[in-house]
Amino acid sequence: MSTGALRIQRASGHAGPIPGEDTQRRMQVAKLIDTTTCIGCKACEVACLEWNDLTFRDTVFENSYQTMPETAWNYWNLIKFNEHQRDDGSMMFLMRKDQCMHCADPGCLAACPAENAIVQYQNGIVDFQQEYCIGCQYCVTGCPFNIPKFNSQTKKVFKCTLCSDRVGQGLEPACIKACPTGCLHFGTKDDMKELAETRAQQLREHSGYANAGVYDPAGVGGTGVIYVLHDITNPEAYGGLPSNPRVPWTVRIWKGPLKWLGNLAMIGGLIGVTMHYLRYGPKHVNGSGEEGGRP
Amino acid sequence: MNDGILRYNLVERVMHWIAAITYCYVLLTGLAFYSPHLYWIATLLGGAPTSRYWHPWVALVFTAVLFWMLRQWLGDMRITPQDRAWGDAVGHYIRNEDENLPPIDRFNIGQKYFFWVMLYSGIVLVLTGGVLWFPELIPWSLRSLRYAAVLLHVSAALISIGAFIIHVYMGTAVVRGGFTSAIRGEVSPAWARTHHRLWYHRVTGR
Repeated sequence: MSTGALRIQRASGHAGPIPGEDTQRRMQVAKLIDTTTCIGCKACEVACLEWNDLTFRDTVFENSYQTMPETAWNYWNLIKFNEHQRDDGSMMFLMRKDQCMHCADPGCLAACPAENAIVQYQNGIVDFQQEYCIGCQYCVTGCPFNIPKFNSQTKKVFKCTLCSDRVGQGLEPACIKACPTGCLHFGTKDDMKELAETRAQQLREHSGYANAGVYDPAGVGGTGVIYVLHDITNPEAYGGLPSNPRVPWTVRIWKGPLKWLGNLAMIGGLIGVTMHYLRYGPKHVNGSGEEGGRP
Repeated sequence: MNDGILRYNLVERVMHWIAAITYCYVLLTGLAFYSPHLYWIATLLGGAPTSRYWHPWVALVFTAVLFWMLRQWLGDMRITPQDRAWGDAVGHYIRNEDENLPPIDRFNIGQKYFFWVMLYSGIVLVLTGGVLWFPELIPWSLRSLRYAAVLLHVSAALISIGAFIIHVYMGTAVVRGGFTSAIRGEVSPAWARTHHRLWYHRVTGR
């Protein structure tokens, strides 16, 4: 889902610098999701399918209002419904729009071996370019939010693009357009952060949500999708939003020190056997005139 | 060559070369996915999606051959006290002072270690490879399995590559006659006496 209007600042599987990297300053964009004003109408789910030309999937009923258990390769935007019991015994519905978080430090991109299959634009959008995808699904392992989904027919991985094709043309993402309550906002990261903090303060001071706060996890360098939550101390209650998401440390070691150690070991091994040959040469078999023997 | 001694029968040789070819394929495609600097290898082998598609299937063939080899050579691959004595004197072997080495049977301890390293790293590779092949079958609650698999897969591969480099070097450059024996199956009596004296006595009765 690439778009020529956006400049790339990071690309997967790419050795060396990115052409044109940092030649332009570009505002970071962000989507703000205020879970406290979401009514779970799923208009954003429909708008996502419409704009991205995806056909509707069979829904899966699991005794909840949720459309299906998790996002799918052709279902990138899903409202997660959770019944939550408060300390006083009363019940509340937690509704969270789940989609790609567009991490500043994306685990999918770190894990991906295919050059340019995953890119990060200078506005912060993380996008999959399926024409370069090799179907290895390392991104599935690298993502701390369980977002990339594999199409086993086409052997390509898909996820929310933050409507990079719309954003590249100065439009807001389709889901934002469809939201009837105004719980979805789109703009620069700075503006969205400020709006979110203002809303969280309002919730703390006027609505009795003492723990209200903004979810913009530092473990992945902050995200291009930020949430206002009633209770920032318990994001797990919102359909398993991780409280401290990080790129798995094994992925970091695999893509970092292990690569250098491995390269050194392999090159060292080749140099080692060459040096051995130069110093000692082949073995000779006692008894002349025979196969492998001294000439 | 008329008095050659059969060292590897035809089936052993065929299996060895199936293992060699399949290992080289998974090695090269694996290296392409391992480093951006080596991604061009996948292009040479028909493109990265093709390489990714065949890598696990070819690896299954390699694994199957590994287990055939285990069944075939288990008796020969157990490490004996003679091997340990030979291993203690391996410095002589490295410096090509083979006359100072104690006699050994069909395989030396280095060949045996190579076999076990390939077998165990092959087992780790096929188990972790299964996780990498179908990560979405691993439930989200068990995702630490995926995290472990990526690291173990590469680690086991690197260990096997180290062993593989030495194996190819020894079999082609150093031990003259070794490569011929892997192709035609036979070695000369002198070769057998020099490198595997106990085996020579056992098979020839001399």
